[in-house]
Amino acid sequence: MATKEATSHLEEALNRWEQQTLQPTLARLPERAAEFTTTSLRPIKRLYTPLDIQHLDFERDIGFPGEYPFTRGIHPTMYRGKLWTVRQFAGFGTAFDTNKRFKYLLEQGQTGLSVAFDLPTLMGLDSDHPLSEGEVGKCGVAISSLEDMEVLFEGIPLEEVTTSMTINAPAAVIFAMYLVVAEKQGADWKKISGTIQNDILKEYIAQKEWIYPPEPSMRLIVDTIAFCTQEVPRWHPISISGYHIREAGATALQELAFTLRNGIEYVEWCVRAGLDVDAFAPRLSFFFNCHNDFFEEIAKFRAARKVWARVMRERFGARDPRSWMCRFHTQTAGCSLTAQQPYNNIVRTTIQALAAVLGGTQSLHTNALDEALALPTEFAAMLAVRTQQIIAHESGVVNTVDPLGGSYFVEALTSEMERGCYEYFEKIDAMGGMIAAIERGFPQKEIQEAAYRYQQAVDRREKIIVGVNEYVLEKEPIEVPILYIDESVAEIQRERLRRLRARRDNARVQRTLEALKEAARGTENTMPYILECVRAYATLGEICDALKEVFGEYQEPPF
Amino acid sequence: MGERKIRVLIAKPGLDGHDRGAKVVARALRDAGMEVIYTGLRQTPEQIVTAALQEDVDVIGLSILSGAHMTLVPRVMELVREKGLTDVVVFVGGIIPQEDIPKLKALGVAEVFLPGTLLEQIVQAVRQIVKRPLGTSE
Repeated sequence: MATKEATSHLEEALNRWEQQTLQPTLARLPERAAEFTTTSLRPIKRLYTPLDIQHLDFERDIGFPGEYPFTRGIHPTMYRGKLWTVRQFAGFGTAFDTNKRFKYLLEQGQTGLSVAFDLPTLMGLDSDHPLSEGEVGKCGVAISSLEDMEVLFEGIPLEEVTTSMTINAPAAVIFAMYLVVAEKQGADWKKISGTIQNDILKEYIAQKEWIYPPEPSMRLIVDTIAFCTQEVPRWHPISISGYHIREAGATALQELAFTLRNGIEYVEWCVRAGLDVDAFAPRLSFFFNCHNDFFEEIAKFRAARKVWARVMRERFGARDPRSWMCRFHTQTAGCSLTAQQPYNNIVRTTIQALAAVLGGTQSLHTNALDEALALPTEFAAMLAVRTQQIIAHESGVVNTVDPLGGSYFVEALTSEMERGCYEYFEKIDAMGGMIAAIERGFPQKEIQEAAYRYQQAVDRREKIIVGVNEYVLEKEPIEVPILYIDESVAEIQRERLRRLRARRDNARVQRTLEALKEAARGTENTMPYILECVRAYATLGEICDALKEVFGEYQEPPF
Repeated sequence: MGERKIRVLIAKPGLDGHDRGAKVVARALRDAGMEVIYTGLRQTPEQIVTAALQEDVDVIGLSILSGAHMTLVPRVMELVREKGLTDVVVFVGGIIPQEDIPKLKALGVAEVFLPGTLLEQIVQAVRQIVKRPLGTSE
């Protein structure tokens, strides 16, 4: 950004400062550590100056908000126009329990819903499957059929509320259930809006709740994207997620690079299936984690927008500016929370939420203080919502767009993140794409290594975790109340399934399942067939098993 | 003959796919000189105890974050007793509410490690509890 003359002048000035001002201080007072690093263990310099961002061209690299490459935000006015969506992830027990929590959160001023499903549902298993034992309703709501979904959204107008659903391997089925509930409410599919996570690649990499092998899984995703483009145009059919990649131990850069590279993979598959990139790209969305390292996280979000804009425009030739925008939801880092001194988690979450806002997120979930112990209680969940409201209404950080833009440090970190992404893209492209990289365990091994290095740094106290490896209390002064999910939930679910199977038209269920298998064997879009199964009250497990018969099951390669 | 390495089975029972903790702990124990067998994801209590028997381990480490521990751990402990693995020490790690810790210990679980536990604490705990005298291995 600077002329050659100005640069050499600045270099001289910096040299002078180092000799005259810095050195005497260092001689007298050495620094606290030989090296300072981010949470991701990347080195941080003592001081950043215009020299660190001289490779940047303001208009090309930083630019104006609402314009390519969107480094400063996707909207010209950002939070001056509209605050982010407060979207707390919630779900536990039965659909009845969760419906009550949803209504509570809406009363507290939450503006969108976000559904957490239990593990059997995430795996496409009914609540009465033997493998579901002990897991029903535990870390999310149990949904086995359309009947459960009807209860989940009872009294919630789907044309007015937007819903995000964290569901991946069986996403097409859960989405179909949502659509049928909307249909029964008399809502217009053209008007409903929300998100299904539907990101199977990050499942193979990190969260590991898969059903089918990669290729048929990708086909189901392309089917949902194509279906939405035609029938549910305001729906976000995929939320490409780094959250779980980070929770599995990835660095900020790995989270960013693997997530965006997964995004590239989805776009490639859709384009190959004959979809016009500008017809679906504006409906793609992302989901990032926000960990403790304030500036590293802000840089990650700014780099995300910049890299995605360039990928969409240059790699895929998208012409619609909305196709270039990286819109994302953020969740504060669950893995950063400690079971020790749990009230400290409120402070951690506040710092993380602030970074997400300064990074320009469109939607935010703040974790509750008790999440290293159990699911959030109502009180803890409310406090988490209040954290966002205090940032929004009291901190003042929302009053100007991208307030950290131009910071030597933030801009330098943003560029470093951007460069790191392209390096990972090159490696993965050379392996033949993300599926090939996953099959050889590349992202998995990179993440495992990072997780181990981080834990070692904590063990050696190179990274201080308050209340864990420093400022430890022998005895915790306060016990945190815990939300308990009773085993009776599983019993209620099993009974509901028994009654459903006795009541429904089982011949119709069989017919719809057979038709779905036939479609799955061919190349037709599977969504209309899944919808028919759902309308007949086939269960989640039955529909997923039908597809399993055709597609097979994924086995993780050993590495 | 001679001192045998401590043998540890790290297992993830139930449907939970969050294996970061299990893998980090497995690696730390291995780096501390133990022999570690990691069973992989979604193992039933039966599969875990059978593996423990076949591998002749001293320690079973169960990693659970899903809240299913009060169903899965009692089942593992029952099978451990049934198969006569009375010398085997069982550890649990994960998201475990405080009030469940005494219940798990009453079942015979040696120690429960919560998020934030240092690797060194886990290595020490395993070493302390497994005090296999010299030359007792087959």
